[in-house]
Amino acid sequence: MQNGDQHYSMEDETYTDIDGKAISLECQSHSGFCREFTVSSAKVSIGRVMAYTCAVWLSAYIIFFVTENTAVLSSAIIITLVGMMVHIHFVKVDHETLLIIGSLGVQVSSSYASGRESTDFIEMGKIKDIVINEAIHMVRKIKDIVINEAIHMQTVIYYLCILLKDPSDPEAVSSVVPLFQSSKPRLNCLVKVYKSCQEILAKC
Amino acid sequence: MVLKIFFPQCCNKADSGLLVGRWIPGQNSAVVLAVIHYPFIPGQVKQYIHQMRGQSGVDLTVLGSWSMPKEGQEGMESFLRDLSTIFPQGQWLQLSREMGKIGFRCHVLTRDPNGKLIQQEKELKEDGGGEKGGKGGEGKKGGTKRGGGENKVEGEEGGGEKDKVIFIHYEQRKVMLSQLHPIENGVPDPQTESQLPQVFGTVCQSEPLFFLDKYDDGPVKMTHWQSEGREGSIIVELMKQASTPVCLLTTWILTLWTSLCSSRILNVRPMRFISSKLSTCVQLSYRTEHLQTVCSPTRATAHNHFMRKANIFVSFFVDVSLGLLLVSWMYRENRIGKLADTLVPAADYVAKELEELLQWLMGAPAGLKMNRALDQVLGRFFLYHIHLWISYIHLMSPFVEMILWYVGLSACLGLTFALSLLSDITALLTFHIYCFYVYGARLYCMTVYGLSSLWRLFRGKKWNVLRQRVDSCSYDLDQLFIGTLLFTILLFLLPTTALYYLVFTLLRLVVVMFQGVLHLSVDFINSFPLFAMGLRLFRSYRLAEGVKFRVLCEEPGTPLHLMMDINPLKVSSVVQTYRTPTYSCYPKDSWLALCKKLFLGELIYPWKHKTTKID
Repeated sequence: MQNGDQHYSMEDETYTDIDGKAISLECQSHSGFCREFTVSSAKVSIGRVMAYTCAVWLSAYIIFFVTENTAVLSSAIIITLVGMMVHIHFVKVDHETLLIIGSLGVQVSSSYASGRESTDFIEMGKIKDIVINEAIHMVRKIKDIVINEAIHMQTVIYYLCILLKDPSDPEAVSSVVPLFQSSKPRLNCLVKVYKSCQEILAKC
Repeated sequence: MVLKIFFPQCCNKADSGLLVGRWIPGQNSAVVLAVIHYPFIPGQVKQYIHQMRGQSGVDLTVLGSWSMPKEGQEGMESFLRDLSTIFPQGQWLQLSREMGKIGFRCHVLTRDPNGKLIQQEKELKEDGGGEKGGKGGEGKKGGTKRGGGENKVEGEEGGGEKDKVIFIHYEQRKVMLSQLHPIENGVPDPQTESQLPQVFGTVCQSEPLFFLDKYDDGPVKMTHWQSEGREGSIIVELMKQASTPVCLLTTWILTLWTSLCSSRILNVRPMRFISSKLSTCVQLSYRTEHLQTVCSPTRATAHNHFMRKANIFVSFFVDVSLGLLLVSWMYRENRIGKLADTLVPAADYVAKELEELLQWLMGAPAGLKMNRALDQVLGRFFLYHIHLWISYIHLMSPFVEMILWYVGLSACLGLTFALSLLSDITALLTFHIYCFYVYGARLYCMTVYGLSSLWRLFRGKKWNVLRQRVDSCSYDLDQLFIGTLLFTILLFLLPTTALYYLVFTLLRLVVVMFQGVLHLSVDFINSFPLFAMGLRLFRSYRLAEGVKFRVLCEEPGTPLHLMMDINPLKVSSVVQTYRTPTYSCYPKDSWLALCKKLFLGELIYPWKHKTTKID
């Protein structure tokens, strides 16, 4: 169809998250005052799934070889299946969406790998502003498997958040709702989203 | 501000007519509740709306006109504009929809201060340059969020500010039945209240408007969610009719019962003390209170009261049916007789084990060397107690079966009663362990306090009761002499008393754990909101945490259309909000305080019964 909403995605920039993994940003403009931003993280990689499954089953076979108890094998299977189901249903976020509708509100939703969506809608009357905040992020990286040392690094990261008004005091900020918590995009991606949101907030 | 129009889905295909609804002040939004069809007499319409306004308490007005022309019905534009003069409003909406097209159009006519009508175009033009860029990184998503297909461009022209319109579609029946959380108690100020609670409140309170269906011979013909015919269920109606006499009867019985319980005969001090200790009596009084709440003949108007009543009723019902199941299982094949037969031998077995334990303590337990004389005294003292206890049990053994048979019937009142009964029977059967624990604890406590006081004397200090601190003190020589002697005696007797105390405390803790588990499960059955949970699982739209919006695919030149769905409450919030407050059993002391008490030998009562909270 030739008359679609305007989609902007990827253009020349590739976005990454704070750990360096590639993510993608899609902006959709449904109308002059309604825009939708979707940040998608990397999918579950087949390599990691296979590595994890092989590790579990190998250890199960070794234990079975030692103890000669078949319950070990069936419990390994059950653990693998349950673990995978829990991971894709509760842990792995596929994409996060921000839908901003001028003078109505902002809707934030996370969609998990199993298809489950958890949505939250904040009315415009409660929103004070959308800003980019700084935070200190504690990152633990294993420097080298040979050295086997864990180094704690602190990095400064930026995150987009919504400031909510305090009902009793219109000038004060009562709470902060951070956005894109699982995908954690970098500043270039956040700035794009921020500018778009501010355009709409300024209009209404 | 953008104009927001909440439009019910049931009116999407309605014939042309007038829009009836409410303007929400301060938010520039309108909630459309129904469509009144042609032909109508304006005077009758005004009268009907006035009547509905009084009945429902909602500020209903005619919002505008709706036109969905069928074949051969074109050219209604001027007719529709003339309608606005009949119903004078500040703003007059003209919504229109063409057959075969999905999108709506909206014209808004405002009245300027002189009373003249100004037409403002709210049509949006198509932006020719809408290019659909490719999506990066992933394939097309599934249809639910975007409604499949592409959404149309709503560009805006550079010249001049145009007001905008959003159409928000909602499902009228679901919004009417739903309850937004967190629930506000009291009447909120309409100026500061946010938009969504006002929308929900409007639809909910307009229930009288939805009574007329299209088969009625009323003054007006309307379309709303019930216009195909009123919903009803014959079972629900029958139950409603039957409930009033049943409620009155139950209330009368309950008042009799409560007056009997609070009569003077049963209110003497020892009876009150016993009944406060027995968990069965506590549970009985608690359930009576519950039944009084449920069976009160007044209808519950507030959502909270209704949910409380429903939760209590369902949990009582489930409790009683589980109890009846248990009773039928136990009384079949005379299992209760078998249980009674094993009760006395079980008590015997416990007594024998205790005797062996005491013999072990009187010897050299775990290789420790006890003080012979004290050991023998304590051992014989406890052995004699056990002997007495066993004699009493054997005295009662012929009656045990009969007592158990009749008392077991009270499990018909519910599974919670059966569990409380079990807890009480355990308490009665292990009464000797409780006594031993008290003796051991008191002895140990005295030893420890004596030792600490004499230790202070040993160092030349004294506890000042007035100042609540340790002061130095000069003792006489004979005071010091006797004090040191007593201190030595107590110190060397300490291992023996400590060992007895330890053993009996452990036994007591085992019993307390078992009773605690039973009490926790009783509490769980009492307080878990089964009705609310069932509602959340099967009619999730009734308990709403908020809403979620979905952009609907539209055609060019039409305003933005959104679909408003209900976001159901999270399961954990359901349990937290609708939990029936109970006499919850929780540990009185923290772990640290408990350990301190155990070390000092103070008596512990780990489970505290709270009285029921009243909110």
